[in-house]
Amino acid sequence: MGLTRREFLKLLSASAGASALAACETPGSMDAARAGPRVVVIGGGYGGATAAKYVKMWAPDIDVVLVERDAHFISCPLSNLVLAGNTTMQEITMGREGLGARGVRIVRDEATAIDPAKREVRLARGAALTYDRLVVSPGVDFIYDKLPGLRSTEAQQRVPHAWKAGAETILLRKQLEAMRDGGVYVLHIPIAPYRCPPGPYERVCQVADYFKRAKPKSKIIVLDSNPNITSKEKLFRTEWEGPYKGLIDYRPNSELDDVDSKTMTIKLTFDSVKGDVLNVVPPHRAADIVRNAGLITANERWCGIDWMTTESVAVKGIHVLGDSTLSGPAMPKSASMANQHGKICAAAVIALIKGQPVAPPVIMNTCYSFVSGKAAMHVASVHQWDAAQKTVTPVKGAGGVSDKSSEIEATYAWGWARNIWADTLA
Amino acid sequence: MKPSLFPAIALSVVSFGVAIAPALAQDPSAGRSLAATCFTCHGTDGNSVQGVPPSLAGRNPAELFQMMKEFQTGKRPATIMHQQARGYNDSQLQAIGAYFASVKPASARQPSKP
Repeated sequence: MGLTRREFLKLLSASAGASALAACETPGSMDAARAGPRVVVIGGGYGGATAAKYVKMWAPDIDVVLVERDAHFISCPLSNLVLAGNTTMQEITMGREGLGARGVRIVRDEATAIDPAKREVRLARGAALTYDRLVVSPGVDFIYDKLPGLRSTEAQQRVPHAWKAGAETILLRKQLEAMRDGGVYVLHIPIAPYRCPPGPYERVCQVADYFKRAKPKSKIIVLDSNPNITSKEKLFRTEWEGPYKGLIDYRPNSELDDVDSKTMTIKLTFDSVKGDVLNVVPPHRAADIVRNAGLITANERWCGIDWMTTESVAVKGIHVLGDSTLSGPAMPKSASMANQHGKICAAAVIALIKGQPVAPPVIMNTCYSFVSGKAAMHVASVHQWDAAQKTVTPVKGAGGVSDKSSEIEATYAWGWARNIWADTLA
Repeated sequence: MKPSLFPAIALSVVSFGVAIAPALAQDPSAGRSLAATCFTCHGTDGNSVQGVPPSLAGRNPAELFQMMKEFQTGKRPATIMHQQARGYNDSQLQAIGAYFASVKPASARQPSKP
């Protein structure tokens, strides 16, 4: 990897300063200048950035303000490749200046509260922003309530999740690099639904690719809370029983009890597993900002939305996108999906502001998984509005997975990445 | 979408001799939103970064429709497009083709690098 953690943090803080200088307007002066309708978007990831871009692109008369706390966009898709040294942090890190060039106003700040009655978003530093429609796409937070051993920052540094790309990706890569040949890497996978269903199994392939190349005596133990591989099962098994045979010990139904970061032990309900590098992905829920706004409607975890418009079923005037949503039938929490949510949201927000009918949505999912540095495979689906069920449902006979992993699909996977990054950010 | 695009869409639909479903024909934003499902992989407005997968902007609508039908039947070999094509009905595929025909090919914008 071409960038150390220290260099990376330096880079982040340097560009944070540059962005602050570039932002010539304060949120306060934005409110004073407000003439037409305004859409505020919280979160500049795959869902929120896409929604902001497409509202502005399809309705230039609407004022679009994007609130984002981080200086840069770091892609979760392809971040597993960084762990294996098959790509770099630079490759998956991008700016949001392209959205500014399209007329989206970017506020580098953190949304701290939503007041649906006043139609107002409060910020950590700047003055509150009023909105006609609010779009919230905050991603996920992790549930540590039942994992006392992982609550401290120190424990989380010893046992990273690396399930949000960034500093933890670098941390896990460093741990894998520092591990002795003959060591054991243990990955714990939460019960579905979680962000990116094939992601953990792709990670196993990437770490296996790295071990095979650099530390051939090492082993991987996969502790899966789920009863089986949740996505592309046969395809992943082909890799694990083919090029990575003997490297991977897969253990389904491995429910997590707690983690002891001092002894580097994962405690399961009936067993405990020690490792040299522990990588525990805790269960997720919609991020804090939506919980406090009363948008969580399902299992204290997810936000129920009307899939015709992406508007919250709990609070009018607020749309929720991406991984925070209570997924529609057979809908994965994926970058492709969040990007597509952004577009159906943009179309609906514009129609609702202008008093026009909302067209029934169609959304498509494409997820590639890299099984090495050179080969990839996909899962795809198309979801159409079902008037009877009042949701989007997968089209029968459409979608599917690759026949096998291939180099040509790795080329398409990189094409997918470059295009979704541009479609979301530029 | 620019107001001037709608007549262009109507014309291009007539030119390959199949009328699109009334609901889609009456709402120019419907074709745009349907085509936007393709933008994730094929680039915003069908202008693909580095041309992989191929750009769709400015393509002949009849050819695009024919290609999608061949993906559906399996006549045209594919890694993924046969699975995606089967998710859309004919009037949707025509509306998507009409939208891409109405867009000028351009070099794709790309995200800034820090």
